Amino acid sequence: MDARRTSRTVIDPKIRQVGFVTPGAPPDRTQSGPPESSSPPVADMSPAGNSLSPVMIPPPRHASDNLLLHASRAVPPISPIRRPGDSIAVGSYNQSDVFLGTSPTTTISPSSKIVDGEFSEELMSPGWAARGGNSGKVAASSFPSGGVDLMPVKSNIPSSSLTTVSVVNLPPGVSEKAGKESIEVQNDRAGSSKPLKEKTSKAERRALQESQRAAKAAAREGKAAGGASAAANPGNAKPANAAKPPPQKKDSASIAASEKKGGERPQEKDRKKEVPPPRMQFDDKSRVEKAKKRAVVKQTEARNRVELFRHLPQYEHGTQLPYLETKFFQLDPMHPAVYKVGLRYLAGDISGGNARCIAMLQAFQQAIGDYSTPPEKALIRDLTAKISSYVSFLIQCRPLSISMGNAIRFLKSRIAKLPINLLESEAKATLQSDIDRFINEKIILAVKVIVRHAVSKIRDGDVLLTYGSPSAVEMILLYAHELGKQFRVVVVDSRPKLEGQLLLRRLVERGIRCTYAHINAISYIMHEVSRVFLGASSILSNGTVYSRVGTASVAMVAHAFRVPVLVCCEAYKFHERVQLDSICSNELGDPDVISKVPGRKDVNYLVDWANNENLQLLNLTYDATPSDYVSMIITDYGMVPPTSVPVIVREYRREQLWI
Amino acid sequence: MADALPNPNFNSSAHDNIPKVSAYYHTRAAHHGVVTSDWLAQAQAAVGHDPADDITANSSSPDSRKPFSVIDESNNWRRQPDLAEAVAAIRALAAVIRSSEATTMMELEIELKRASDSLKSWDTTSISLTAGCDLFMRFVTRTSALEYEDFNSAKSRLLERAEKFGEISYKARKTIAMLSQDFIFDGCTILVHGFSRLVLEVLKLAAQNKKLFRVFCTEGRPDQTRLPLSNELAKLDVPVKLLIDSAVAYSMDEADMIFVGADGVVESGGIINMMGTYQIALVAHSMNKPVYVAAESYKFARLYPLDQKDLTPAFCPIDFGVPIPSKVEVETSARDYTPPQYLTLLFTDLGVLTPSVVSDELIQLYL
Repeated sequence: MDARRTSRTVIDPKIRQVGFVTPGAPPDRTQSGPPESSSPPVADMSPAGNSLSPVMIPPPRHASDNLLLHASRAVPPISPIRRPGDSIAVGSYNQSDVFLGTSPTTTISPSSKIVDGEFSEELMSPGWAARGGNSGKVAASSFPSGGVDLMPVKSNIPSSSLTTVSVVNLPPGVSEKAGKESIEVQNDRAGSSKPLKEKTSKAERRALQESQRAAKAAAREGKAAGGASAAANPGNAKPANAAKPPPQKKDSASIAASEKKGGERPQEKDRKKEVPPPRMQFDDKSRVEKAKKRAVVKQTEARNRVELFRHLPQYEHGTQLPYLETKFFQLDPMHPAVYKVGLRYLAGDISGGNARCIAMLQAFQQAIGDYSTPPEKALIRDLTAKISSYVSFLIQCRPLSISMGNAIRFLKSRIAKLPINLLESEAKATLQSDIDRFINEKIILAVKVIVRHAVSKIRDGDVLLTYGSPSAVEMILLYAHELGKQFRVVVVDSRPKLEGQLLLRRLVERGIRCTYAHINAISYIMHEVSRVFLGASSILSNGTVYSRVGTASVAMVAHAFRVPVLVCCEAYKFHERVQLDSICSNELGDPDVISKVPGRKDVNYLVDWANNENLQLLNLTYDATPSDYVSMIITDYGMVPPTSVPVIVREYRREQLWI
Repeated sequence: MADALPNPNFNSSAHDNIPKVSAYYHTRAAHHGVVTSDWLAQAQAAVGHDPADDITANSSSPDSRKPFSVIDESNNWRRQPDLAEAVAAIRALAAVIRSSEATTMMELEIELKRASDSLKSWDTTSISLTAGCDLFMRFVTRTSALEYEDFNSAKSRLLERAEKFGEISYKARKTIAMLSQDFIFDGCTILVHGFSRLVLEVLKLAAQNKKLFRVFCTEGRPDQTRLPLSNELAKLDVPVKLLIDSAVAYSMDEADMIFVGADGVVESGGIINMMGTYQIALVAHSMNKPVYVAAESYKFARLYPLDQKDLTPAFCPIDFGVPIPSKVEVETSARDYTPPQYLTLLFTDLGVLTPSVVSDELIQLYL
């Protein structure tokens, strides 16, 4: 994340780099004796690289590394340089293999998983789901500084051997020069590289891939050896993905193609951008353009957007639905269940955090049921990518809620934790039952527990106020009524959605005494209220309640009247993020809705509002209630003060991921 | 349950003339030594036939074993003047484990549960008793002991933990007194409300450390807490000034800090304490004086009152000196709830905590 931390973690791998870099140096060694040759690269390195390195490299370690160098060099001296063609290619390949073998993790499977995970993260990064997989995100974001830089250093091994190989066919002077050049490039890069500790396995994996590829290319080149390849070689030593030689691109279209797609593409992308922002900022024009190209859902952006909220997506309402419906049967990559859920989000048929989350999980469940691993792919990798693509589709339909992000994070971690040797059918069954358990334990049972807790706070004669139509609060009220408690409910509602009317209707049907008021009357009605029950879309770790717009006002008024505010929220909606206002992350609704008054044709002052440059309408969906206004949070872990949210996040996040 | 033995405890209202008095009040009274010598004598008489050792008590009366012996055991412990009620309960529960004849872990756990339930039902209004029992159950049973193959080793492990917990609870008062010394500076004036043995311990230690301070002691109606506290402090040569409860705001500007104990510390970080604490805290808050609470961690309870009426009420008799007409209602609540925003710090054996940490600790203990 921040540069400081990475540079600190650099230290350890850097020592190892010394070991990795020098094997590329043998050409240099031809000019001088072994002891001197070992020192020049190191000496070269320190000025070029971090000024930290001379201080940080502990002497004993250094010495041993040097020893290692010598030991490892003891093998290669016989090898490259003066031997012709094919045999060298093989030799150099082995050599690089040896070096990689010395590093801790070179097993193919786990790291390949990581590579793919990162690939998928990359895919979904534009939207919000990416932040759902926060930990993965961190890895991905730190990747450009760490992984990419580290990689070339190691990929050097094969590439430099490559140089030597091709160079052999050239006149000696030229070869000498080319060799030196490559070394210099290496050293430069070695200095500037900042490998992350955690990244090593990934980088090594990539280095291995690279070496294999290079070896293939080398073999081919060894046969085809010509001036062209030699000319290409200096370029070959360029950083990062340029390690893949141009000729290879032409030659190895067949086998390497698939491999390349998996391994190389994310690198290119990552190199281009710096640390990616946590979410798509929609006031960044170029990025929006790019996202548009990828988008499945074609949406036209709304005009006259409010300046303060330009970073949030806002589209002309209703333009995309017919278009998507026509594409229903053409859309190949999307699973129909997911597609259906996406459309329903778009149309607004499913609303409410729990309902949306359950619908999404069930769609994923179906998609997993119908999934079959394509040949030559691993289920873990491919399915994660699939889910990511579904998620990015859903994001295009409607930005994800935090609860959905958490659910997706859960699902992905479950996929990643699948044992590799599991049969496909078993894996699918496991995942489906995991999803079922998540829905049951984290959502349905959680609400039941919340209801039990909350009912203990309702006494006879209470007047309870609720705002909007939170599902948990509805269940609390119904349950309390079933228990025979005597209370009255004030349902406060607001335009434009008027969700409270639904709640009101269901409560009155059960015979609960109700009062219905709009939020404008809140300060009038509050003095007779004894408890305020609110729902939440999410609770952030500073205790801020992120909920339906208007909740903050209700909570504030209640606080001013010294009425306790109880927020009911399942623990799976908690998030470790901190938010201070409702501006930086929010969702914009259709502005037309607030300009029209249903059933009143005479109120038409805002008919042509979109054509007026000076008029901007804002229809926010959520707002943030500061924790000061919240007396208690009722969650499935009991009743806690808002200050304890981070404790629950800390103590149970892990468990939730493992279940 | 209570009529098998002449149990003085929960049904003591039968002996008294005042009908609506909670066991809570009796406990307090016993501790304060105000009303109670006769009650205590009764209690002693009731449990007196028990040998000090619980095991023999159990073996001698196998028919009506558990519920009674636990309470008796706890009363046994309570006879020690300095031992808090909850610590007595904890010790009694440890004795239950020791004397248990259970042969399986499950059996033992059930037995323990029953014992702690009977202890709790003995005085439902005491927060520290309930919390102490709950915490004990958590602390003891939440261990890998349950995975031992051998029952006896598991049992001894439980016993070890139980005794450790009893020890921790017993030593808590000393720890807290040490911790709070940093907050008492020379020349300060401390306003004290209610008679908390913990606060007394704190002040005692400060006096022993040759700190110079003055104590304002509220009258503490209806418990008359001023009597024991001012007596004790006078013995220590600490200057004491007695205030009537309504003079708190009047003398608040002279005070540098408020020291109170607590009957229970609730999940929000607020405290439940003797009537009057809330208003003192309010006055102190409005005058920017720090309010310090001394409470052992076994008083942390999983309660979350939203307001004053959201508590199990505990009643006490109030003597107005003159007869009150029957039509006139008397507020007899013995304690109130002070919300966390009016408290500055809590001195506990876990350290000096802000109110919000209480919930963190509780979550870690109970979940």
